Amino acid sequence: MRAYYDEEFDEGPGVPSVRFENVGVRYGMGPEVLRDLTFSIEPNSFQFLTGPSGAGKTTLLRLILLSVKPTRGLISLFGEDVSRISKDELTDLRRRMGVVFQDFRLLDHLTTYENVALPLRVQGKEESSYRAEVVELLRWVGLGDRMHMLPPVLSGGEKQRAAIARALIVRPDLLLADEPTGNVDPSLARRLLRLFIELNRLGTSVVIATHDFSLMDQLNVRRLVLGDGRLHIDE
Amino acid sequence: MNAPQPYLRKASQSPKGKGGEKRALPASLSRNAPLVPVDSAGGQALAAVIAILTFLAALCAGGAELVAASSAQWRSEIAREVTIQIRPNPQRAIDDDVARAVTLASRTPGVERAQAFTKEESERLLEPWLGSGLDFKDLPVPRLIVIKLKEDTRPDFGPLRQSLQKDVPGATLDDHALWVSRLSTMANTIIGTGIFLVALVLIAAGLAVIFATRGAMAGNKEVVEVLHFVGANDDFIAKEFQRRFFKLGLRGSAIGAGAALALTAALGLVTRSWRASPAGDQIEALFGAFNMSLTGYMVVILIALLVALITGIVSRLTVRRFLNGNG
Repeated sequence: MRAYYDEEFDEGPGVPSVRFENVGVRYGMGPEVLRDLTFSIEPNSFQFLTGPSGAGKTTLLRLILLSVKPTRGLISLFGEDVSRISKDELTDLRRRMGVVFQDFRLLDHLTTYENVALPLRVQGKEESSYRAEVVELLRWVGLGDRMHMLPPVLSGGEKQRAAIARALIVRPDLLLADEPTGNVDPSLARRLLRLFIELNRLGTSVVIATHDFSLMDQLNVRRLVLGDGRLHIDE
Repeated sequence: MNAPQPYLRKASQSPKGKGGEKRALPASLSRNAPLVPVDSAGGQALAAVIAILTFLAALCAGGAELVAASSAQWRSEIAREVTIQIRPNPQRAIDDDVARAVTLASRTPGVERAQAFTKEESERLLEPWLGSGLDFKDLPVPRLIVIKLKEDTRPDFGPLRQSLQKDVPGATLDDHALWVSRLSTMANTIIGTGIFLVALVLIAAGLAVIFATRGAMAGNKEVVEVLHFVGANDDFIAKEFQRRFFKLGLRGSAIGAGAALALTAALGLVTRSWRASPAGDQIEALFGAFNMSLTGYMVVILIALLVALITGIVSRLTVRRFLNGNG
């Protein structure tokens, strides 16, 4: 069997994975929590999204995930203007993205294996076609002996890794991770960071939202810094 | 192009923890667990409501079917019999008139046999009203001829009626059409009421499912959101709910239908033990012996399946509406 991460890919410039033009968001009649966001996330790029707590990192990720609608501006994902897409197109776009939530969002009634296999199951794939791949990834993230356990009995770090494995299993074009190392010790954080780097080398654009400077200092990559609702790009 | 990934390959050979050793994988690692857990207390309550509604619907349908089957039996028995009544006339020999009427009736197409009641038999018919041991000589007791028709025939009695009028004055032909029509009306009313009640119960089941589905959607909001994020479309989510609610509905309706069939069987046993009593005779006259026919069983099973199907379909439609309404 081919190793999970041995696949090579063709790199090259293309349409930005994400493009924001003058995007603003407000909740109800309140002030804009994010304003004039203009930036692109290129294919196969790696960036941190940072800023103080409450700066809007999660909201920005939700904008990319299309679970929050902008009140103004233009968002395009993989070259598609998302303002007029159908529900089916929205599903197709989401299938190209992997997401790691800050609070993991594992389904408590499914085992670790079933949680990680979920994105493939919802695509209607047969279990036999992905079983080995899921097990290999679970072993890789150190959850090989936890695959039949339910999330409530996993530790915070194990849940984190399960959430990351679930995001990676579909080999997404774009990975969005919200504080993915917030619940793990520094050595595991470094290990997970290396996992994201490898994934990026394989062609996935990676956006890691974090306010952990020690993590960001390990890599000299672009930083999208949110503050006062505006975005500053630190190349 | 990238070089092979030494880190990942190395890592995959030597993972953290104890789960790294390669083992032959079992055929399935998934328990096929439902993605939307609806077997909560609310789900159990819905199953109980569905069981009760199916029980009521099955009783209505079963009762209507019993009446339909009994009334069909009454009607076919009554409709197969026609009576000629000959009133005595001092100017005529009644025995000749009876013989003439029997001949005329026997000649009518569709008649299996015509049998005249003898004078004694006719007088005996009056005994329940007038008592026994009476002298009927001075009473003008009419004579009866019972005509048995061939099965599945509805002869035209017009010509017979005309011949009787001409040859046997004082004879009247009663084809029981009025009784048959009254019985039909009564039976059809009961059947119609049964169908109406079954429809009401099905509507009530549908409404209960709508409320339960909306409750389950609200309770599983996070699950639905995660399913959306991992690439599930609305149809997939709706199908998952449908699958769960169909199973729940099937369980509830099977219990309800089973209870209704058990009650019918129990009533059958009770009426059989009462058979000799007047009350038992009346019940048996109306409903038969509580022996549900094969059609009755099929109707009850059909209702159980229908309730389960309605549960599944209504939940799916509710989820689609809910998801469309919530973007």
